Amino acid sequence: MSVLQALDIGLALLVFAVAAWTIFARGAFAATVGYVVYGLLLSLVWIRLFAVDVALTEAAIGSGVTGILLIGAAARLRGGETAGDERSLSGAARLFTAGLCILVALALAGVVLLLPDQGPSLARQSMQNLAETGLGNPVTAVLIAYRSFDTMLEKVVLVLAVVGVWSLAADRYWGGAPGEARAARPEPTLAFLAQVLAPLGILVGVHIFWVGADEPGGAFQGGAILAAMWMIVMMARLTEAPQTNAFWLRLALVAGPLVFLAAGVAGSIFAGGFFAYPPWLAKPAILFIETFMVLSIAVTLPMLVAGPPRREPRQ
Amino acid sequence: MTSATLGGLVGAALVGLGLYGLIAKPQPLRKILAFNLMGSGVFLVFGIVARKGAAAGLQADPVPQAMVITGIVVAFAASALAVNLVLRLFEAAGQATLSRDAWAKLPDDGAGPV
Repeated sequence: MSVLQALDIGLALLVFAVAAWTIFARGAFAATVGYVVYGLLLSLVWIRLFAVDVALTEAAIGSGVTGILLIGAAARLRGGETAGDERSLSGAARLFTAGLCILVALALAGVVLLLPDQGPSLARQSMQNLAETGLGNPVTAVLIAYRSFDTMLEKVVLVLAVVGVWSLAADRYWGGAPGEARAARPEPTLAFLAQVLAPLGILVGVHIFWVGADEPGGAFQGGAILAAMWMIVMMARLTEAPQTNAFWLRLALVAGPLVFLAAGVAGSIFAGGFFAYPPWLAKPAILFIETFMVLSIAVTLPMLVAGPPRREPRQ
Repeated sequence: MTSATLGGLVGAALVGLGLYGLIAKPQPLRKILAFNLMGSGVFLVFGIVARKGAAAGLQADPVPQAMVITGIVVAFAASALAVNLVLRLFEAAGQATLSRDAWAKLPDDGAGPV
């Protein structure tokens, strides 16, 4: 067994152990912390599968932003989930459930083992048309050019989620600001962290977005890092979340899908197909769309984490 | 065993673990967590399909990779909505539980203060 193989097996066992911890840990807070660790380990597995773009997304969104969301919720829910809950399933029912779940896992494992070594693949087609998009990263090409419709609708899903979260506000808070108010005296350690990390993080986020055209990275990963930087500054309470009735905020939320849709319609008028880009304009058009997507992602993710408005709107 | 197959087996185990947590864990936040775990297991199995589709000088098929990236973002959006629903329930009723007994104890059929 080579060193790499041993590392693979160790990583697999570690991922499984941490995953089991997030399910079986006693406290919700401990479980959510486990989930963040799990997400980071999982992104290592994605690297071993040569899917670096996915690894970046998993680390930034699957582990990072989801982690902030879950840890924040677990902290606020402390004591709210009654202890008597644990007894809601009898021992026999638990055993039966476990048996069925193992069966599902075994069936899936069987499918994985039966997969042919060389499966059907669209890799060849992706590479053939890559030159026309002007991009070097085929994953970005799939996201923004070949299957742009999926990506555009996914942006719409994000906007709908924000609408759903804001709709949970009490009537009198509608249009107000979510999250904590700006602190008169921010906690010094957190404030220092935010002040040092945010400028660097913004650089890293913009870099990851920019190189995403040719190297692993892209709008999602870069946007998520920018979002995280805004969240850190808000968590340090150096600034507060904007009022949800602010025009600039609402514009920023829908800018990504709107520009994307407009580009699609322009394609059907000028390039002979919905979401078609003329080859000479493909790369500038893709970067233009991506820029607005980064903006929307960087604004949407913190708004989803901040939750519904909790203060009355100022006039 | 290749690292791709190993990753796929981890994915299968994660689906099983997450499914168990989703059914057996009574607290809503734990169910959301378990559902996310199950989702990442499904993504991982799909990742094996990408890896097995390595061709044309690429180490993995980019189409499933792009779909998994889209999936991770959509899963986050759904989790955010679910978590905020649980928090709102907690705010409105003072408890966030799916246990029928806990709700039966509330005087006005679980409506609680808003």
